[in-house]
Amino acid sequence: MEISENQLLRFTTAGSVDDGKSTLIGRLLYDSKAIFEDQLAAVETTSKRKGHEGVDLALFTDGLRDEREQGITIDVAYRYFTTPKRKFIIADTPGHIQYTRNMVTGASTANAALILIDARHGVIEQTKRHSFIASLLQIPHLIVCINKMDLVDFSEEVYNDIIAQFEEFSSKLYVKDIRFLPISALLGDNVVNRSENMDWYQGAPLLHTLEHLHISSDINKIDARFPVQTVLRPQSDEHRDYRGYAGRVASGIFRTGDEVAVMPSGFTSKIKSIDTFDGDVKEAFAPMSVSICLEDDIDVSRGDMIVKVNNRPETEQEFSAMLCWLKDTPAKPRAKYTILHTSNEQKAMIKEVLYKIDINSYDRNEEDKQLEMNDISRVIIRTTRRLMIDEYRDNRITGSFVLIDETTNETVAAGMIL
Amino acid sequence: MSKYYLNYLDELESEAIYILREVWAQFENPVILFSGGKDSIVVTHLAKKAFYPSKIPFPLMHVDTGHNFPETIKFRDDLIDTLGVQLIVGSVQESIDQGRVAEEKGKNATRNALQITTLLDAIESNKVDCAIGGGRRDEEKARAKERFFSHRDDFGQWDPKNQRPELWNILNGKHFEGEHFRAFPISNWTEMDVWNYIQRENIEIPSLYFAHEREVVWRNESWIPVSEFLQLEENEEIVTKKIRFRTLGDITITGGIESEADTVEKIAMEVSAMKQTERGNRTDDKRSETAMEDRKRQGYF
Repeated sequence: MEISENQLLRFTTAGSVDDGKSTLIGRLLYDSKAIFEDQLAAVETTSKRKGHEGVDLALFTDGLRDEREQGITIDVAYRYFTTPKRKFIIADTPGHIQYTRNMVTGASTANAALILIDARHGVIEQTKRHSFIASLLQIPHLIVCINKMDLVDFSEEVYNDIIAQFEEFSSKLYVKDIRFLPISALLGDNVVNRSENMDWYQGAPLLHTLEHLHISSDINKIDARFPVQTVLRPQSDEHRDYRGYAGRVASGIFRTGDEVAVMPSGFTSKIKSIDTFDGDVKEAFAPMSVSICLEDDIDVSRGDMIVKVNNRPETEQEFSAMLCWLKDTPAKPRAKYTILHTSNEQKAMIKEVLYKIDINSYDRNEEDKQLEMNDISRVIIRTTRRLMIDEYRDNRITGSFVLIDETTNETVAAGMIL
Repeated sequence: MSKYYLNYLDELESEAIYILREVWAQFENPVILFSGGKDSIVVTHLAKKAFYPSKIPFPLMHVDTGHNFPETIKFRDDLIDTLGVQLIVGSVQESIDQGRVAEEKGKNATRNALQITTLLDAIESNKVDCAIGGGRRDEEKARAKERFFSHRDDFGQWDPKNQRPELWNILNGKHFEGEHFRAFPISNWTEMDVWNYIQRENIEIPSLYFAHEREVVWRNESWIPVSEFLQLEENEEIVTKKIRFRTLGDITITGGIESEADTVEKIAMEVSAMKQTERGNRTDDKRSETAMEDRKRQGYF
């Protein structure tokens, strides 16, 4: 069998119990033949026990015991399927407001987001919430699936009305690419196969859309950033003088001979070689894991960042960010946290809360400054030493960070630098 | 013009290398949990790549149930020699002899659950703060929610409802004395990805994965190999079949499938046409619908 040049596409789905999200994923897995017979047999048994007619596709995506008992998804669950065109990773998250943090987590690595709308109800609060999160996390492609078209007689008018409702508020969002699709996850219309009930829809079905989304241009190729994870210094005679800086390219392209600066020291050198186990390469781009050797013997360690001399990140000790609070213990005013940003670790504090955002209405609240679980707020962060940062909008890796509570070691907040 | 994107296998490889380097940077005393199965072999191969030209900078740890395929042990020892890394063995037999655990009784008795105690003891006595495993999220529903860096409390237990969120590529391995982490660099790989990668990288795997003649009995819908540990039932009959193993665990619980696939290429073809999940032949997962989750909570791999 030939090893293909197919790409990987990560997408997120957010939805509540009723809008058919689990059924849609079940349908994608089932129709793309990613379901095995023993999984199907298990789901058939459960469907029967619960008194469902036929196979309840939603059961394919149920994970842990508590969730099966409650019939809801409470965490991020990852699903995999492959077609002859692509490999897919689904980050499946619950859609209720109390799970905003899970949606944010699932969205953080996604190339695309599926938003589900029940055709009977049109745009609801949840739709706005999910769209806001997709925009906040800078998911490049938004696919709005108007589901349960079978329950509105496959009406084009209903579909167009919902698009109009959506566009009314989506102008406030920052999403590069928004598409709409009329589907019925339950019956399979426009999921994998084209619908026979909606001649008026000329676009491609969902799977075809996912297979052909153009994602290679979504990565930032301009700003070369290489956070150093660790230094490779072999003890063997053969490689006695070897000193390689191991890491994964966050963005941009590095080439042998490039003039680079090591931040934060600012010392400059040239790239001597870019090495991998399979030999050296002439250039490295995101998200390649390589090790970089420099011409000059300068002090480089974990937490440093190799960049091009003529394109450097900001080095700041104080910056503004959107912060999502992830933990059930609220933020303590002026408390110290550990900040993880690329491979760098510092102490940090939330110096100021500017406002909180109501993610249903997009309104700003400048009165309530308490940060509680699932809150999304604009804050000022101050760190003990300078960080090498970019705006999240330009760079999802060097523009993102998490905060850790030193007393529990828990990850308590996720931030996007403005 | 050159292309500036990776194919999916390169992207998965790069992600795994990134995770392995994070483990090395964030922990004092990591190990790779090595079972001799294909997933832990792939993780070991990835570690070789991640730290090249250095050697893998941490030991391999094997939890030895005593119910091994002899081929697995030979393969393990040869690999250790080639890599020049240290091997730590945790022995279930010793745990039994010390009275830490008691052997299960009956014809379906296995040492599968007993491994948990041995594993946790080995982690504690070797002061391991991160055990790297070959677990994949596509394997089993409880594993679908596993993190790359997965926290274990000071009893070695997993709390699936209180996991640390993992955003972007930021991994939080912070822990208190006595706690440890499990790290899963190939979380995002499927069985098919593993085989395609083994083929592409030309990775050596134990002969058990290839179709071979073997004495077996038909039990629990699969071919269980005859060994000194197998207790025959009255109606069971020993036959010789051409089989191969899709996963490798204890010799007592790993069922084979009839197959003619005797090369990695043929196996990859066979796997792509499979109608059953790979753990469908593992009796340890058939005990109940949440068997894996229950074992994982207690500290299983």
